Amino acid sequence: MTVTRAPAESLSVLDRPNSYIGKTVPRPNLDRLLQGRGQYVSDLELPRMAHVVFLRSPHAHAKIVAIDASAARRMSGVISIVTGRELETVITPWVGVLSHLKGLKSAPQHAIAVDRVCWQGEAVAAIVATSRAAAEDAMEHIAVDYEELAAVTDMRTALDPATPVIHASLGDNLAFERTLDAGDVDHALSESEVVEAEFVFGRHTGVTLEPRAVVADWNGAEARLTVYQGTQAPHMVQNIAALHLGLREAQVRVVCKDVGGSFGIKVHIYADEMATYALSKLLRRPVKFVADRIESFNTDIHARDHRCRGRIGVRPDGTITAFEIEDLTGIGPYSMYPRTSAIEANQVVNLVGGPYVTPNYRARARVVFQNKNVMCQYRAVGHPIACSVTEGLVDLAAAKIGMDPVEIRRRNLITDDAYPCASPSGMKFEQLSHHASLAKLLQMMDYDALRAEQAALRTRNIHRGIGIASFIEVTNPSAAFYGVGGAKISSQDGVAVRLDTQGSVICQTSITEQGQGSESLTAQIVGSVLGVSMDRVRVTLGDTDNTPYGGGTWASRGAGIGGEAALQAAKALRQNILDVAAAILQSTPAGLDIVDNRIVNADDGASRIELNELARIVYFRPDTLPPGIQPELMATRHFVPRQYPFAFTNGVQASWLEVDTETGFVTLLKHWVVEDCGTIINPQLVDEQIRGGVVQGLGAALFEKCIYDERGQLTNANMADYLVPMSGEMPDIDIGHVVSPTLESELGAKGAGEAGTAGAAAAVANAVNDALRPFGATITEIPLTPQVILTALGRI
Amino acid sequence: MKAAAFAYARATSVVNALELLAVHGDKAKVLSGGQSLMPAMNLRLLSPEILVDIGGLAELRGIAMRGDVLVVGALTRHVDLLRSPEIALHAPLLRDAVSHVAHPAIRNRGTIGGSLAHADPASELPACVMALDATIVARGPTGERRIAATEFFKGIYETALSPDELLVAIEAPVTGQGSTFFFQEYARRHGDYAVVGLAARAVVAAGRFSDLRLGFFAVGDRPLLAAAAGKLINASVNPELLAEAATALTNELDPQEDQQATAAMRRHLATVLLRRCVAALLARPELATGVAK
Repeated sequence: MTVTRAPAESLSVLDRPNSYIGKTVPRPNLDRLLQGRGQYVSDLELPRMAHVVFLRSPHAHAKIVAIDASAARRMSGVISIVTGRELETVITPWVGVLSHLKGLKSAPQHAIAVDRVCWQGEAVAAIVATSRAAAEDAMEHIAVDYEELAAVTDMRTALDPATPVIHASLGDNLAFERTLDAGDVDHALSESEVVEAEFVFGRHTGVTLEPRAVVADWNGAEARLTVYQGTQAPHMVQNIAALHLGLREAQVRVVCKDVGGSFGIKVHIYADEMATYALSKLLRRPVKFVADRIESFNTDIHARDHRCRGRIGVRPDGTITAFEIEDLTGIGPYSMYPRTSAIEANQVVNLVGGPYVTPNYRARARVVFQNKNVMCQYRAVGHPIACSVTEGLVDLAAAKIGMDPVEIRRRNLITDDAYPCASPSGMKFEQLSHHASLAKLLQMMDYDALRAEQAALRTRNIHRGIGIASFIEVTNPSAAFYGVGGAKISSQDGVAVRLDTQGSVICQTSITEQGQGSESLTAQIVGSVLGVSMDRVRVTLGDTDNTPYGGGTWASRGAGIGGEAALQAAKALRQNILDVAAAILQSTPAGLDIVDNRIVNADDGASRIELNELARIVYFRPDTLPPGIQPELMATRHFVPRQYPFAFTNGVQASWLEVDTETGFVTLLKHWVVEDCGTIINPQLVDEQIRGGVVQGLGAALFEKCIYDERGQLTNANMADYLVPMSGEMPDIDIGHVVSPTLESELGAKGAGEAGTAGAAAAVANAVNDALRPFGATITEIPLTPQVILTALGRI
Repeated sequence: MKAAAFAYARATSVVNALELLAVHGDKAKVLSGGQSLMPAMNLRLLSPEILVDIGGLAELRGIAMRGDVLVVGALTRHVDLLRSPEIALHAPLLRDAVSHVAHPAIRNRGTIGGSLAHADPASELPACVMALDATIVARGPTGERRIAATEFFKGIYETALSPDELLVAIEAPVTGQGSTFFFQEYARRHGDYAVVGLAARAVVAAGRFSDLRLGFFAVGDRPLLAAAAGKLINASVNPELLAEAATALTNELDPQEDQQATAAMRRHLATVLLRRCVAALLARPELATGVAK
């Protein structure tokens, strides 16, 4: 790895002997998961637990004229059948807007549709029964009389006067619009070669291995609701559930143990989950909802689905003079709650052109309603759109002036010594490393040799392409993301650490674990800072009763924010331990250290007392301590970034692939990523985050798309027709790092969870166009299906 | 995604299975490997009143040579085809095809009889048995009958079997020396249903085809034995002749449009497969790309 900042003069708290930081250590939860002892909500059984199944609308837009559930109610195993009208007496509707997204509007959304359904898949009635199968049997006997309404499905015509308005009270179908004009775009373009293209992105979704799952358990005796849910943000769920059920937050406990994948899908509040909380309160018993795969496709948030017209100005010497975009996206009938569905378009505006120096940038983004499933934040929100548009335009500009794609980037990327600086859209960059990253990438892929190989193969009618994509990534968000807009979504996290009676450490953190390694990185940091071996650190996550308050794990924030809180808490506990040790040993705290689970002399390392002995004295023989000493073997610290709204990271990806120009099929041969997430806590976890993210980006590039027909019907809501990327089609993914730690925290870690997804599709699209250059074909649409490629080649 | 309630009977013999089918008629479904049936039931696309499980009928399992006929029992699983020395020797086309059928977990359960009786137009084995000129053996209340593979497939999920019949075996003639095979399919991901596929058997002598059977799949409502192959038999194949055969092929095809491909794309891919197949079987790589579209 390349380190951009010289190490500090003295050793930091992380450079201690036996530090786990920067080391690949096994995740502490691996054995538990591999031995089938994970605690997934899908597996949870409670006494008297009922199962809910939702009857969902077959229409994209319809009035509910009548619901007849009389036959279904009489069926064996049925406990209750509840309509939206009945449930609204238990839970109030919500509106997904944030005040800092000026002009964003949406309509009240109910847990179960009342009078009208607005997308195919919206819940119309809840069937609560003793088993899922019994509920599904009963569901077939509910008769709903619908009056079909005209469906708004094409985002391009959603704002036309002739198009029906989905929510009359809103006046039109425009949910949000943002414009930006920085520098002098018109002047810049007037003196440049201008290249223009429309970039089209398919609608896709997250496809978690474990579907959304919730068990809600209303305990009337305690007047308290316990929600077991696979979520990324337990405290947010607590707040929202309490708010809409008319409870205090203290009356809601959210427990989230193991989660089978999230990717941003599980950071939102879904209507069917709200309905499940309400049903438990209504029926006074535990109720379980686990989405099946069809429901997942129809109701898990979708993402992307943008059409973005982009222009770039370039001079003959390669100087990029301006970017201009006009982005359009359709978000379904409601802005999602509580994070809203305007964030992705907003991010596109924020991020286009971000890696480059040009000050001239104009953008307009419009977000429109339509009668399809709701859209919202999914891994790398907005980044793949912004990166594909930016990098696609840069490649088109390079082709226009006959310059190598690497050379044009070299001439325009922000130089590594220019920081701190800001982008034309106002994004503040603390320290990025575009040039160091690009240099490392070229070395890893042996760029010149690859170009020679490409040329040689072309003479044999083999068409391979190289695609490069630089990117920036938003991580470690401060309150600027949601808090300032009025959402009760915490941007701070807290960690409590406690030394137990035998010298082990119990650590409670407000970040959550969905497979990315939150538990491991927390234990690594705490163990390293305290001087305790990792097997003595036990981490508890995902329980609003038993962890400090905090945001959770999303937006690549767990390591950077939760990790820093862990570091500070461990530092505080370490100081407390050394204070006690000094009293016991008649030494000074500064003269002592903790190494390998024991107190040692700071100077010669000689062992003085085992931690378990110290703990024994503190907990059981405090009478032997000197007077005036009150040991505090527990410490809690919180952290939130304040100086920068986001800790931007950067990186660059490259794709090497082959296009069969007769069949249109693409074979991915190799993929490289160099990224800079600052301090790396666990290299393997970081690399696998990058790889997993790349694979999701490759899915977007080649395979994944929610295909709706013109009536708003999702036509491929199953795993046979919705094509997730699978290992057989994935290339080897080589990963390199440049390390520019953020100075805003002692840990120096930025996020790494979304970098892979941000740039993978852009690299692939550029590589396909590179391969097709001899044919004069340019494609700016993903997924790059054989049909799309053959059409562009004029073969069909 | 829970199946509607159904009755279940585990057949103790072929005779017993036929008795059950006779009683329940089209209200029954035969459960073999279950790799298509169970998902369809869980999606409630199918709700049979009773499942007749033939999984325990050892008499339907196994691969054997009977004279110059290769006999494959209906319950032979895909994984058995993949590993069988007899298949590798006498009908390697089946082995090559099966490696494209879904994934190991599915190949461990799925059976050849189940696949043929299911008659999905995009699946591999129906086209293979047509290319192999195989015979389907069905047993019903009145005894056994033999149906030529070319007569067996009637449409999407439709075959010549009647509800009271059971597919018991596949018989394929062994053609001996000079036979060569070609199998290729274009699928979005490995293991997916083919966008277009081709299973071929040829007899090549002195650089010419003395026989050529081209079994295309995913090009219509059933696998298609291409008549266009006739143009290439006993002829000196050159790019012009191949182009002529390709044109004949596109006229012969009636592909459907779906999310993966338009009809035009399927026709186009079928001609690419034809050229690549002929080039491979004749060991003349220049033919693969040498034809003007």
